[in-house]
Amino acid sequence: MSGQRRLEQPPVNARFRAYAINHLRALIFSLGKLHRAPFSSTLTLLVIATALTLPTLFHVALGNLKQLSPDWSRTAQISVFLEETVTDEQVPSLAAQLAQRADVAEALPITRSEALAEFRAHSGFDGALDILEDNPLPPVIVVTPALDHRATTALEMLVSALEQRPEVALALLDLQWMQRLFAIMDMLQRATVVLSLLLGLGVLLVVGNTIRLDVQNRREEIEVAKLVGATDAFIRRPFLYGGLWLGLGGAAVAVAIVTVTLLLLSGPVHTLSRLYGGEWALQGLGLQGTLTLLGVGALLGLVGSWITVNQHLQDIEPR
Amino acid sequence: MILLRNVSKRYPNGHEALARVSLSLDRGAMAFLTGHSGAGKSTLLKLIALIERPSRGQILVNGQDLAVLSARQVPYFRRRIGIIFQDHHLLHDRSVFDNVALPLVIQGYRQPEIARRVRAALDKVGLLHKEQAEPVTLSTGEQQRVGIARAVVHKPAILLADEPTGNLDPHLSREIMQLFLRFNQVGTTVLIASHDLDLISSLGKPTVHLHEGQLQRRALEP
Repeated sequence: MSGQRRLEQPPVNARFRAYAINHLRALIFSLGKLHRAPFSSTLTLLVIATALTLPTLFHVALGNLKQLSPDWSRTAQISVFLEETVTDEQVPSLAAQLAQRADVAEALPITRSEALAEFRAHSGFDGALDILEDNPLPPVIVVTPALDHRATTALEMLVSALEQRPEVALALLDLQWMQRLFAIMDMLQRATVVLSLLLGLGVLLVVGNTIRLDVQNRREEIEVAKLVGATDAFIRRPFLYGGLWLGLGGAAVAVAIVTVTLLLLSGPVHTLSRLYGGEWALQGLGLQGTLTLLGVGALLGLVGSWITVNQHLQDIEPR
Repeated sequence: MILLRNVSKRYPNGHEALARVSLSLDRGAMAFLTGHSGAGKSTLLKLIALIERPSRGQILVNGQDLAVLSARQVPYFRRRIGIIFQDHHLLHDRSVFDNVALPLVIQGYRQPEIARRVRAALDKVGLLHKEQAEPVTLSTGEQQRVGIARAVVHKPAILLADEPTGNLDPHLSREIMQLFLRFNQVGTTVLIASHDLDLISSLGKPTVHLHEGQLQRRALEP
């Protein structure tokens, strides 16, 4: 007898058919298992959903803040105070000159008398102003930067360019609050990334632990299956599907929680935006966000169960 | 069909279960493996089923040198043999039908084919009427017969049995052995470990005696 002959395997199409049938059975079996243990399945799904919901809410909140910030930067106007020597008659033509710059969208001239009238109307120093013989206010041009020149550096360049003109005494831009806002958003973004990684790890561990218990409960079945010729892939398959369903199901519940949360918030947010004279609506997850969340959930479930099953499968051998 | 050449098995704890055992079993033959418990009967069967690997020596099954089989090929190798245990290893969370169907499910058979073959196997062991029963509701003898049905459902060329009658009374034991004789008559190679010498001697098949890991009667040496 020659001892080196390889084991014959079934023909390719039969193997493919067997492969497809095995996948379908594992899929149905793993779904059935979730269905047969509704309480523990629901608990696990909720834990995974919570872990996925938190970073998702952070992410959605950040997206909304970013959507708002162009709106706020529209108020980024530069007040250009002119020298005493500039007369009221010169102000409009100077404003027209500034308006022609590529980085300026609009330049609104405010003459001394207009400034005084406005100050009277809003400051409440009406009486005090009457005492003064001269108008103490300088002429001002309010410059609105062009849309594509509202980044911090572009604004700073515009301010220094304006200040270099001989007619200009001072150009003022209150950038600080915007810089702070961007810094806060940057920080929140990083926090979201860290939070996502930690909670993603949490999902891996939850799925891994669930699958580990499942493997242990089915130890005898795995031994018998190996004895009658089950491949590792065959044994692994229902557990992998189990992990996939947990991740996908958890993500679906997370989508629902996020959607409901945003619905609850949309009313107050709308009121708030109206109070600020804005008209922005709360942005939801969107189709892309929903698909991403579902994909991430499914992937985490699959990876979590893959790691666990591979770790424990080798320990279980027929004796 | 089964050929052992100077096979030794020493377990990691130092216990030498088999020492230089040589044995040959032709295609379609049937033989018994006897000896006290601990004589190495189970180890020998485990080596043939690749549950254990020998420390030394060569094993050929159906012309295949087991030493060259990788872990990935072991499942495909096991699909050509049927194994029966003293404790039948039935799964209690599923019906008799599903227990017997397991080897076919693993090999990806289609449902109608599975149903046909499972019923044929259950018919052979006389348990067709119990296909939907839970294994726990069956008697010990019936459970053992379900285990046998599972071992033969995929029509293996080789049948290995480790003390298949260990828990059964003489009458049931004889019934089970008659079953193995019938499988052997249709061409299956059968190797059975048993210490039921009275029963074995009445069946007229060659017997190999193991004592402390060594072959005593050399009836089946190559």
